[in-house]
Amino acid sequence: MPADGTANGGIGAATKRREDVRFLTGKGNYTDDINMRGQAYVVFVRSQVAHGVLNGVDTADASAMPGVIRVFTGADFAEVGGVPCGWCVTDKHGEPMQEPKHPVLAEGKVRYVGDAIAAVVAETESQARDAAEAVAVDIEELPAVVDMKAALVEGSTKVHDDLGSNLCYDWGFVEENKDAVEQAMFSAAHVTTLELVNNRLIANALEPRVAIGDYNSAAGDSTLYTTSQNPHVIRLLMGAFVLGIPEHKLRVVAPDVGGGFGSKIFHYAEEAFCTFAAKALNMPVKWTAQRSESFITDAHGRDHVTKIELALDEDNNFTAVRTETYANMGAYLSTFAPSVPTWLHGTLMAGNYKTPVIYVNVKAVFTNTVPVDAYRGAGRPEASFQLERVIDKAARELGVDPIALRRHNFITEFPYATPVAVEYDTGDYNATMDKLEEIGDLSGFEARRAASAEKGLLRGLGVNCYIEACGIAPSSLVGQLGARAGLYESATVRVNATGGLVVMTGSHSHGQGHETAFPQVVADMIGIDASMVEIVHGDTANTPMGMGTYGSRSLAVGGSAMVKATEKIIAKAKKIAAHLMEAADSDIELKDGQFSVAGTDKSVAWGDVTLAAYVPHNYPLEEIEPGLEETAFYDPANFTYPAGAYACEVEVDPETGKVSIASFAAADDFGNIVNPMIVDGQVHGGIGQGIGQALLEHAVYDEDGQLLSGSFMDYAMPRADDVPFYTVDHSCQTPCTHNPLGVKGCGEAGAIGSPPAVVNAVVDALQRAGHDITHIDMPLSPSRVWSAINS
Amino acid sequence: MYAFDIKRPSKLKKARKILKKNEGAQVLGGGQTLIPTLKQRLAAPSALVSLARIDELKGIRQKGDELIIGAASTHEEVAADGTIAALSSLAGGIGDPAVRARGTIGGSLANNDPSACYPAAALGLCATIVTNKRKISADEFFTGLFETALRDGEIIKAVNFPIPEAAAYEKFDQPASRFALVGVFVSQCKGDVRVAVTGASEDGVFRWADAEAALAENFNPAALEGLSVDPAGMIADIHGSPEYRAHLIGVMAKRAVAAAG
Ligand SMILES: Cc1cc2nc3c(=O)[nH]c(=O)nc-3n(C[C@H](O)[C@H](O)[C@H](O)COP(=O)(O)OP(=O)(O)OC[C@H]3O[C@@H](n4cnc5c(N)ncnc54)[C@H](O)[C@@H]3O)c2cc1C
Repeated sequence: MPADGTANGGIGAATKRREDVRFLTGKGNYTDDINMRGQAYVVFVRSQVAHGVLNGVDTADASAMPGVIRVFTGADFAEVGGVPCGWCVTDKHGEPMQEPKHPVLAEGKVRYVGDAIAAVVAETESQARDAAEAVAVDIEELPAVVDMKAALVEGSTKVHDDLGSNLCYDWGFVEENKDAVEQAMFSAAHVTTLELVNNRLIANALEPRVAIGDYNSAAGDSTLYTTSQNPHVIRLLMGAFVLGIPEHKLRVVAPDVGGGFGSKIFHYAEEAFCTFAAKALNMPVKWTAQRSESFITDAHGRDHVTKIELALDEDNNFTAVRTETYANMGAYLSTFAPSVPTWLHGTLMAGNYKTPVIYVNVKAVFTNTVPVDAYRGAGRPEASFQLERVIDKAARELGVDPIALRRHNFITEFPYATPVAVEYDTGDYNATMDKLEEIGDLSGFEARRAASAEKGLLRGLGVNCYIEACGIAPSSLVGQLGARAGLYESATVRVNATGGLVVMTGSHSHGQGHETAFPQVVADMIGIDASMVEIVHGDTANTPMGMGTYGSRSLAVGGSAMVKATEKIIAKAKKIAAHLMEAADSDIELKDGQFSVAGTDKSVAWGDVTLAAYVPHNYPLEEIEPGLEETAFYDPANFTYPAGAYACEVEVDPETGKVSIASFAAADDFGNIVNPMIVDGQVHGGIGQGIGQALLEHAVYDEDGQLLSGSFMDYAMPRADDVPFYTVDHSCQTPCTHNPLGVKGCGEAGAIGSPPAVVNAVVDALQRAGHDITHIDMPLSPSRVWSAINS
Repeated sequence: MYAFDIKRPSKLKKARKILKKNEGAQVLGGGQTLIPTLKQRLAAPSALVSLARIDELKGIRQKGDELIIGAASTHEEVAADGTIAALSSLAGGIGDPAVRARGTIGGSLANNDPSACYPAAALGLCATIVTNKRKISADEFFTGLFETALRDGEIIKAVNFPIPEAAAYEKFDQPASRFALVGVFVSQCKGDVRVAVTGASEDGVFRWADAEAALAENFNPAALEGLSVDPAGMIADIHGSPEYRAHLIGVMAKRAVAAAG
């Protein structure tokens, strides 16, 4: 197949994204595009204070307003479960985490600005909004808990009165290594220490969240249309834990979704509300978030405060790593919040290096802020950032080249069992570093620095590596770690009589290009044009139970399920072909969509076989059933471990502190590549988000728990002119050893690898200019850089 | 948004009449400030009186040594004009193409956002704001944060800018909104030097007198060496401290003088 965008090629072809035709011509079908006959609109009354006792909610005036159908309050949900948490972390003493109830509408207290107090359902959106203003809320304000360390001080105000403290858990990993790490720190030739903040972020997907509840009273069926990355997970969590609706009476549809970045993984109260209200009122109920509402209700990301220590011996070998992290959970536990600072973070602290002992301590803290959960990379960017920053600092303290120090400590033998419980299957970190030095022209840096200096700008070079664990994950392992779900993926491959295929996947595309890439895999196996394969996803009614899309898992896990199902299809099709050609099954070969009998010129086409399967006139009915449809579930044997090396060059304006990205190069090892153009796009987007985190983005709360960056006027999203033209390469490929495609996942790499590269580069620029600056916390805004230079 | 009426008169007189008759009616320029305010339900005018169809408020023309800009001229139109290069480049640096295609100079001056660009140009060039009632010098026009000398129902018709010998505007973007974190407009006009600063002060746009005096002696960036602005009274927010803003005023002023010279 030609590797250009014009052909519908197989694996390796840079096929243009077929879904973009729909998205770029306004033909997408997003949740807000769906309107049900007779639908009502809900507007939530939200807390404007961060913390307070809810003395009363008076809905009388609002209920009497034009068009108002009903006003709901927390009392209406007394019989309903709380929004559940999907992961239970066990603390260092073996005790389960503290897990507060998360009511659909506030009960007794409000705990963050944005907490939903009441919900007004009316005939029009504007009537609902008018009435929402008439709901009288009596709140006795309490001091807000915002700072994590202060929250843990004895006697601090408690976010949840029924919990012993604001500590969700105190996690130690690996607890048995603690003493060995202590010993290594003690006997080290050098210890580098760094304290840093991983800044709180808001995903700000282009499409705000939307939920529509619908109830069919004749059948007793509920349907939820929602902006979700994983409709089956929502069906399970909401059906089983909140509303008590069995899965066969509940359908969840997540149609086109305009970006998620993690924030649409979670089950949100608004989804449960709309489903509940639709049944209570026997009419469809629709909610569309306003942008300002998204800022204060979508789960935020990151928000870690960390101290990391790196011990080295006299030969510059890493001998131990120790970290202490405070991780903000916000006011309630969002669906996967507890797993992010623990299993998705601690297990990555070995990075690309042979550090023999590691100890990670994480204190997760409740505060009066929006719940915090997974955001592109989820835990892994936090791990990578600390490690790559402290290594950079160590290199500078020791006066050694940062690249050489990294290479000196690289893991070079695979498989490699880290001291933090995971086993890397493959990798070649020197190869990606070599590639980086080449594509980034790192040897030409000095000349470029001189050219920048001519313009009065300070140029710096930052280099780092990253590793991530993707393709989450073996169900049995995550079960032991506290996940309350399995993490397999599913696919049903349905072959039609005339040879076209429909593949139903439990994963979900919200920007990743599944509709293009997945057909390439299936078509390649059969040897037909990819345009003969269609992908169906996003509806629990017509896709097999799957766990959705996050953690760069869809191709590695979902794609593997597709391979398994397609293998079953091919095995059965070969039997049919054997029958048609009166040959033995074992002699049948499939190539380029033709079945042939080995060693003969006999052949039948793919279409002849598929037709025979559905028009079984001449068919081995005594041996196999008619039809050609197979389902497979794939549970991975291990995580996958993409890795890479990144280089960023910055120019700092010393007069204003403004940082510009001069260049950015990324050499990634994603294993095998299905569609290189989509991979480029994923890496570009990830790096853009990472640059956003490093230079621009910051969700800032004041001491009263008010979100100061609650709109785009104050929350700085990266724009086109904030990012450079990227140089990306993924030709270094060490295929994953345990999935059938040999793929690793590429969705988060850019966001994981880029923040340390940017910060390393700025520190480099400033140190070269003679400033004694070892660290600046992200975002490296002009004012922060200027303050660092001038303090 | 609350419900409101919209009127689109084609004569200024008619617009005035509607405003007089309807208490709570408000003028709509390009809507780039007012419409977002309405969407957030932060204002509830009974009616909006759009100026977009009033020809008297449109057009940019030179009259003698003045450039007369109709109040309903969009940022895009001013950017394309080029008679006063500094002014056109300022207009071309406001917001994004969509904002520039709608937003108007009259709306910007009437709004007097402390971070807006046009107030710096008006003050930095000593423009005259012409309303349906009177002429107001820029020195008198800006009276505080979002405050102007305009009376209730008074409409800006045009803004008259003297054409300077030299002028430039340097804007340092607030990273999120890209309004001016600090913007400095300098000009030399008939021997008079002006330095107007936006974005920085808690009182809105102001003239930096020390810099004007130094530059009147020697219109050269070096003349500003050693001068500093007192951080007291400068804005403090998540994007910058008063000290940072005060510092940036010096940097931007020097760059503006260099660009003007
Ligand atoms: C995304 C974005 C980015 C922006 N960036 C910048 C920037 O970088 N720099 C900058 O300076 N501005 C910026 N703006 C603001 C923009 O310039 C607005 O257009 C301007 O401030 C208001 O002009 P308008 O014509 O849109 O006025 P409107 O929004 O229609 O009105 C604003 C106010 O002025 C009144 N008004 C309007 N016209 C008149 C008149 N002729 N006489 C009397 N009163 C009148 C209205 O009643 C209202 O109170 C930005 C706006 C947006 C949305």
